[in-house]
Amino acid sequence: MRIFDPHIHMTSRTTDDYEAMHAAGVRAVVEPSFWLGQPRTSPASFFDYFDSLLGWEPFRAAQYGIAHHCTLALNPKEANDPRCAPVLDELPRYLVKDQVVAVGEIGYDSMTPAEDTALAAQLQLAADHGLPALVHTPHRDKLAGLRRTLDVVSESALAPDRVLVDHLNETTVKEAKDSGCWLGFSVYPDTKMDEERVITILREYGPEQVLVNSAADWGKSDPLKTRGVGDLMLAEGFSDDEVDRVLWRNPVAFYGLSGRLDLDLDLDVTATGATHEGNSVLRGGA
Amino acid sequence: MRQPIGQPMSQPVENPTADPAPHPTPHAHSTPETQAAEPTAPDLTATDLPTPDLTGAALARTPPADLHRLLATRLGGAARAWLDQALEEAATHPGIHGPISVWELRLAEAGRRCGPEHADVARVLILHAARAGTDAVSRVYFQGTAAERRAVLHALPHLVAGPDALPLVEDALRTNDTRLVAAAVGPYAARYLAPHHWRHAVLKCLFTGVPVDEVAELDRRAHADAELARMLADYAAERTAAGRPVPEDLHRVLTLTDPTATPPAPAAEHDPGPRGTDGKES
Repeated sequence: MRIFDPHIHMTSRTTDDYEAMHAAGVRAVVEPSFWLGQPRTSPASFFDYFDSLLGWEPFRAAQYGIAHHCTLALNPKEANDPRCAPVLDELPRYLVKDQVVAVGEIGYDSMTPAEDTALAAQLQLAADHGLPALVHTPHRDKLAGLRRTLDVVSESALAPDRVLVDHLNETTVKEAKDSGCWLGFSVYPDTKMDEERVITILREYGPEQVLVNSAADWGKSDPLKTRGVGDLMLAEGFSDDEVDRVLWRNPVAFYGLSGRLDLDLDLDVTATGATHEGNSVLRGGA
Repeated sequence: MRQPIGQPMSQPVENPTADPAPHPTPHAHSTPETQAAEPTAPDLTATDLPTPDLTGAALARTPPADLHRLLATRLGGAARAWLDQALEEAATHPGIHGPISVWELRLAEAGRRCGPEHADVARVLILHAARAGTDAVSRVYFQGTAAERRAVLHALPHLVAGPDALPLVEDALRTNDTRLVAAAVGPYAARYLAPHHWRHAVLKCLFTGVPVDEVAELDRRAHADAELARMLADYAAERTAAGRPVPEDLHRVLTLTDPTATPPAPAAEHDPGPRGTDGKES
């Protein structure tokens, strides 16, 4: 079973997780930039984080045979802090980077005017840079938040089929699907969604444009939840092809909209711990 | 060697050789009518190079004109057209302009335009065409992805004549990214890196498993370096005390430090054998 986790915060995870993910079949991840738990107080703190998502973290992932891409943005929560808002002005120089496959996570947290501004501005940035957008839907007042999100998307320059609305559940999936957006489900140990509920939604709505992620981060979460969904799909009678569609081809298709997805890995870096076979080879290729 | 780890469904992975036309890009101020200055370098055909390698240390050691000629033979039509235009733009509008100069944009997107396996050489060529000096290379290094930083390090010998760009090398040597460490110990470091930093760079290669073949001018700089010999011997003793293997490369470098040693065999013929490394340096 090949797995592409389209939303996971590997910065918050250990090398043990990378090892277990690879053993479970994970071969590609997308790491959206987000809130770190501790509020940032300056744009420079974001830039170091973005640099890490474009430097150290892909290197770490490659050592475990996992291709790493990222989505960059000013996250909804910190869009409310005027000390952090200038990040928006610097985002363009980051959005041209090869490994950036979407703008994200953007969206709503508390549905404030500052979040309105940041969401609209970053949907425009996505359109300007030929990137799709990963849109977080809020945890509090979720259905109202989804509706407001879809309104802003429909008023933006970005077509719905270039938008992934994430953290959906039973109350939000129908309107999200009707909008033409891609549908993201985060499977958590206790909150958001679980494996059984994802199966129920797949039965009702089908696998088209559905992505399943672990959204694993620094909170209680599990980077192997994607595999759990795949296993349960098979146990419940879904075909190998349907599992592959949800866990691999759909995320490849969505992030492939960027034209920047590169699912080859440097074997030289993946040789854990020890060797780089010959030199130039550190980069591979010719 | 790169290995595909999954088959894309349609064509999400951009194939530069099949790209029908360059994509429109934001912030692109292309000037196709302008002509680039031809790079000046000795005429050298591909067949004159025994190993036309376009990666790693070869990027720092091969004249840009030869890199360009060799790369052109390996790119598809659309990627080659993109590169030619990028080099023209860089030559016509060098320097730092606004938040991102057009050649900086081309530098950022080189991977998806030329293919990841050709990104390093394309970036070296763009930096060279833009005649990037210390200020420019510093900006693109510190604003770059790891891949861009690696290309800047490879380009340094072509661009910066004095030691002013050493902070970039020292920054790369502080990382644990072996691709950056390998790129940092090229000809520029051989020329300018101070002895203390250079010795630690060699030791770091041994620690992190970067082959010492990556270290430019290793023979010359290691020769009769008693302090390096002491550090290597101490490291070997530490490994032995821990019951761990001593990297083969260590003995090789130790031999080079001997003031009476005869020159070793060329690096290409050297088999470094299995390497025991920490794989980690914190």
